[in-house]
Amino acid sequence: MHCALFKKVFNLYYDGFRNMRLGKTLWLIIALKLFIMFAILKVFFFPNYLKTHAEQGHEADFVATQLLGKP
Amino acid sequence: MLDIDAVGINWARAQFALTAIYHWLFVPLTLGLALIMGIVETIYYRTRNVFWRDAAQFWQRLFGVNFAMGVATGIILEFEFGTNWSNYSWFVGDIFGAPLAIEGIVAFFMESTFVAVMFFGWKKVSPGFHLASTWLTGLGATISAWWILVANAWMQYPVGCTFNPDTMRNEMTSFLDVALSPFAINKFCHTVTSSWIIGTLFVVCVCCYYLYKKRDHQLALQSLKISCIVGLVASVLAMHTGDESAYQIAQVQPMKLAAMEALYNGGTDQSLTGIAWVNPCGQPDYENEQEPPLRVAVPYALSFLATHDIHGYVPGINDILRGDYTNAAGQRELSTAEKIARGQKAITALQEYRRLKAAGSQDAGYLAGLSEIIQTNMPYFGYGYIKDTADLVPSIPLCFYAFRIMVGLGTLFILFFLVALFVLYRKDITQMRWLQLLGIVLLPLGYVASESGWLVAEFGRQPWTIQDLMPTWVAVSEIPSSSVMLTFLLFVVLFTGLLAVEINILCKQIKRGPEYSNANA
Repeated sequence: MHCALFKKVFNLYYDGFRNMRLGKTLWLIIALKLFIMFAILKVFFFPNYLKTHAEQGHEADFVATQLLGKP
Repeated sequence: MLDIDAVGINWARAQFALTAIYHWLFVPLTLGLALIMGIVETIYYRTRNVFWRDAAQFWQRLFGVNFAMGVATGIILEFEFGTNWSNYSWFVGDIFGAPLAIEGIVAFFMESTFVAVMFFGWKKVSPGFHLASTWLTGLGATISAWWILVANAWMQYPVGCTFNPDTMRNEMTSFLDVALSPFAINKFCHTVTSSWIIGTLFVVCVCCYYLYKKRDHQLALQSLKISCIVGLVASVLAMHTGDESAYQIAQVQPMKLAAMEALYNGGTDQSLTGIAWVNPCGQPDYENEQEPPLRVAVPYALSFLATHDIHGYVPGINDILRGDYTNAAGQRELSTAEKIARGQKAITALQEYRRLKAAGSQDAGYLAGLSEIIQTNMPYFGYGYIKDTADLVPSIPLCFYAFRIMVGLGTLFILFFLVALFVLYRKDITQMRWLQLLGIVLLPLGYVASESGWLVAEFGRQPWTIQDLMPTWVAVSEIPSSSVMLTFLLFVVLFTGLLAVEINILCKQIKRGPEYSNANA
């Protein structure tokens, strides 16, 4: 029974993806967008500021210096 | 000691605004179109008339294009939190973590599961299961929006948390207070109902285009009837939730309300400004002007809106800065000077607390005393950073005009829905070219209204990133403005390109029109 259900779910996705027309273009755009976001923007332009500037485990001290130094 | 230049802060703010505005082009259409396609498919389920199935599939196709283009655009905002707004991210981490994690899980599992059934399952699952999947797709998107709006509402009205001086973070003390804060509930209701309006305006636009081009009359007329009814109901609901929003803002963000109204000097029996001349190019001289020139107002309406009493007291900008009046909570409002003093007291106590802790102090009693001072004065923590009281006044022209654009366009939509429904049921809309053209033009205006609402919400909160707790210039990371400027320009190019692609695909799909099955051909 579980096997039949699994097969049905698999076929739903398999046939769905195989018969896509407009969907193929949309998936291509999604993939391109995710690549730009995660492989380019995140890696080269949006590093985690605290990870790169604060010592690991001492983020609170770093932020305290930032916040309490500003008044 | 840091010295973040104003240019850097403004670029970081501009970048966040650009990303949020871009993200918000897709979200309301997803929420709104989900409702329409749910209704259309429900009619098919009840009538089993294949016309409605074809109509449902057509609207789902357009939903799919928008959904695909909007996917992950919100993730960039999270990148920006980590890079540009690291102090803020750390300060609120524990509060934001839970709602955003839930949002991610719900969005992934609900949407990805039911979207797949909705698109792939027409011939694979029963009509009832398919209908349920369509509604659950919309529900999943709506629940996702809930958690994002919970996070945003907390920035407007921080509740259910306590500040931990050891971790330098606000820690959640009550999940329910955060998730079910009245601000969050109302923000959710107002945002979702206004998103339904965007969805209906989109359908109106497409249907009017078909009528104008004299094609697909049945789909256009039937879908127009549904969208105008839904649009009218959504508009009434948005008006009601908007009224409730204004009431809540009067309670917890009176400066935002004063800026929205260009109310320099308040009092009892306050009238609501319909229109006035507020210089759009700069901050008006609110200290010396009594009220903006050429003001046309509705007597008593502002008092009623803000206090639910036509004689109620509404503070103006100068009153809020001066303080010493009875606020909405029935307490004496502190003056700005008193708030600044209490904020500085919290900051000084926190500095001392952390210095002693770092030095390994064992004086538990003294540390507990400092902790007590921090907690008592924490509601005014952000005021400790204020150097000039003028910094506490948000951009009056921006809030004033954005609010009027939102309300004015909202009223126009209601009029349109009423006229269109009258014409649809009593006259022949196919002969009314002007109404068809108006229906097409209303879609961009809907987006203008929707984005204006967010401008009021976010600019009205300035200078705060978190109301009263953290001003913008404290929240920002110490990064060179040139790097933020570079990514800003990069986003302008990227977003413009993606938007052009989306509009192009949408237009092609609209021109292609519905695919009628043989039984309906």
